[in-house]
Amino acid sequence: MLDPALSAREQSDLRTLAALMIPASKKFDVPGADDLTIFSDIVASMSHELSDIRAALKLVSGMSDEPLSALAQVDQMAVVSRLRANGGSAIDTLIRHILLCYYRDDRVMRSLGIEPRPPFPVGFLVEQGDWSLLDPVKARAPFWRPAS
Amino acid sequence: MRIVCLEQGGWVKSRDFPTNSRDYEQRKFTDFSTSPNVRKRPADYPINDENSPIKIVNFNGVGGATVMYTAHFPRLHPSDFRTRSLDGVGEDWPIDYKTLDPFYALNDRMMGVSGLAGDPAYPAHCPPMPPLPLGRSGQQMAKAMNKLGWHWWPSETTIATTAYEGRAPCINLGQCTPGCAQGAKASTDITYWPQAIRAGVELRTHCRVREITVGPDGMASGVIYYDVDGKETYQPAEVVILACNGVGTARLLLNSVSAKFPDGLANSSGLVGKNLMLHPFAAVTGYVDEPMDGYAGPTMCLWSQEFYETDRRRGFVRGFNFQFNRGVGVGTEAYETLSRNFVPWGEGHHDAFRRLVGHAFRIAICAEDLPEEHNRVTLDSFLKDDHGIPAPRIDYKIGENTNRMLDFAIARGKEILEAADAHHLAEIRPVVNGGWHLLGTARMGTDPSRSVVNEWGRSHDVRNLFIVDGSIFVTAGGVNPTSTIQALALYIADQMKQRLATLFD
Repeated sequence: MLDPALSAREQSDLRTLAALMIPASKKFDVPGADDLTIFSDIVASMSHELSDIRAALKLVSGMSDEPLSALAQVDQMAVVSRLRANGGSAIDTLIRHILLCYYRDDRVMRSLGIEPRPPFPVGFLVEQGDWSLLDPVKARAPFWRPAS
Repeated sequence: MRIVCLEQGGWVKSRDFPTNSRDYEQRKFTDFSTSPNVRKRPADYPINDENSPIKIVNFNGVGGATVMYTAHFPRLHPSDFRTRSLDGVGEDWPIDYKTLDPFYALNDRMMGVSGLAGDPAYPAHCPPMPPLPLGRSGQQMAKAMNKLGWHWWPSETTIATTAYEGRAPCINLGQCTPGCAQGAKASTDITYWPQAIRAGVELRTHCRVREITVGPDGMASGVIYYDVDGKETYQPAEVVILACNGVGTARLLLNSVSAKFPDGLANSSGLVGKNLMLHPFAAVTGYVDEPMDGYAGPTMCLWSQEFYETDRRRGFVRGFNFQFNRGVGVGTEAYETLSRNFVPWGEGHHDAFRRLVGHAFRIAICAEDLPEEHNRVTLDSFLKDDHGIPAPRIDYKIGENTNRMLDFAIARGKEILEAADAHHLAEIRPVVNGGWHLLGTARMGTDPSRSVVNEWGRSHDVRNLFIVDGSIFVTAGGVNPTSTIQALALYIADQMKQRLATLFD
């Protein structure tokens, strides 16, 4: 449906994993990571890390004959636990990729009180702060070690 | 005088930097990764660093690693140049802090350094621009350090805090490392290069040097390189100067084999590639109830050199620098907190993450490692770059003294977090993708049997070959080296100019 680089099974498992990681929340009025817009971003932006992500999805499919979505929730979470315990760079990449795509979605960013935009060109405000905090350090005698 | 510079990469345009786009966090892990093995741009060469707990990071392009650094700009300390005399470890440098002091100052002006004069951890010097703001993060960190009575100071950085020599001031984009879209961060493509080109230096981009050639007199005669079209080309030269970093320079010298130099060029000491130092980094992080700067503002905030100088009661010699860092992007923070099990998968994710996001108190530890010959760059037997040139292989172990230093530093870091009433503490040891500082593989010295270049950067073996990068460091110190690398390059250039009539004597 979204990326011919991934098989239907891989896409299905990936979307189920995304939902298990970050479900939608009524409390915060945010979608889950399996939301179509977010999931489209996840699959559309994985080309640089495709081999790692496919390796991770292969581990998933190796844990169950059926797609992850067909399992009972308790079995789905068991797969997640085994995956996380398994660890490794491929799993790590998969998790990171889902999170980085989720936390740039307009709806998610707004719910966090963050304007959904790239940092440049507007930038952000950082307050100058109270420089009197430095006074006790300024009062210290030099303590660098002479070399001769 | 005609000067030609061969650069294996190209110009990077500010509009290409990640902070121009919404996927800026992801690009730190893809085309703007600090690792050449991940980034895999055409200009990058592969590095076999499997036998090292610390992976090599760099950037290949005009401006080199200054395009992709945090702009942290401490100087070495006077004691760093005398580790053998003072502490019985490493070697003394053939030059001292006083020698470099005017070149540090010149470089501070060229790069545009922001900071505050009066740091009691250093000999007096005066950065040309005011420091970065403390922000919420800096104030929390300062309060914790004051509670402990420990030194802290605003980090000196090459981030412009005012308009400076055509550079716009910082607007707190965050994400300084993978390039500054605002141009506030100094990188040599926007500081030194425009002046060099105006002065007549020719820069040829996308040219990868394969080897340095030598004539029958044993002098360097030029280089063989692959141009932008992949065509093998010979460039004759009266003088060859290398600035390829502590991995790239060693690789090039070891690849420059001839009948006269069968073990690699300038390698009669056998030390080319040896004594690699990487500054093992560690990090401790906690979360405080007060809001911090989060994703906004330059990474660099404060430093502490409370534990920089040797105190043998600590169980090790030499010391380290604490770097107090501002936050990361929201997505990266989610990844970190989820990886540490501070934030769960599933139902509890949103509540848990929202309690932590924007509250991180981050401390990085830059530890001094000592020169040890078994830590080295060699040529990989199998791995080659796109031009078929043998790639570097890294063999590195963290030394005993450094391990004891890291034990101590992490414990002190946790004390700081406790002083800040932080919770959800975590540590990273070492920072795996932390091999930013590539030092020591062609060190300077007066004894040709114990060093590769002399006290003004000229090869002992090849009298028209000079090195002006981190490979000539004798010891590493415990701070980021860019300021010192550049001061050394200015010093060596000045020496060459002063000695021009007798340069090859």
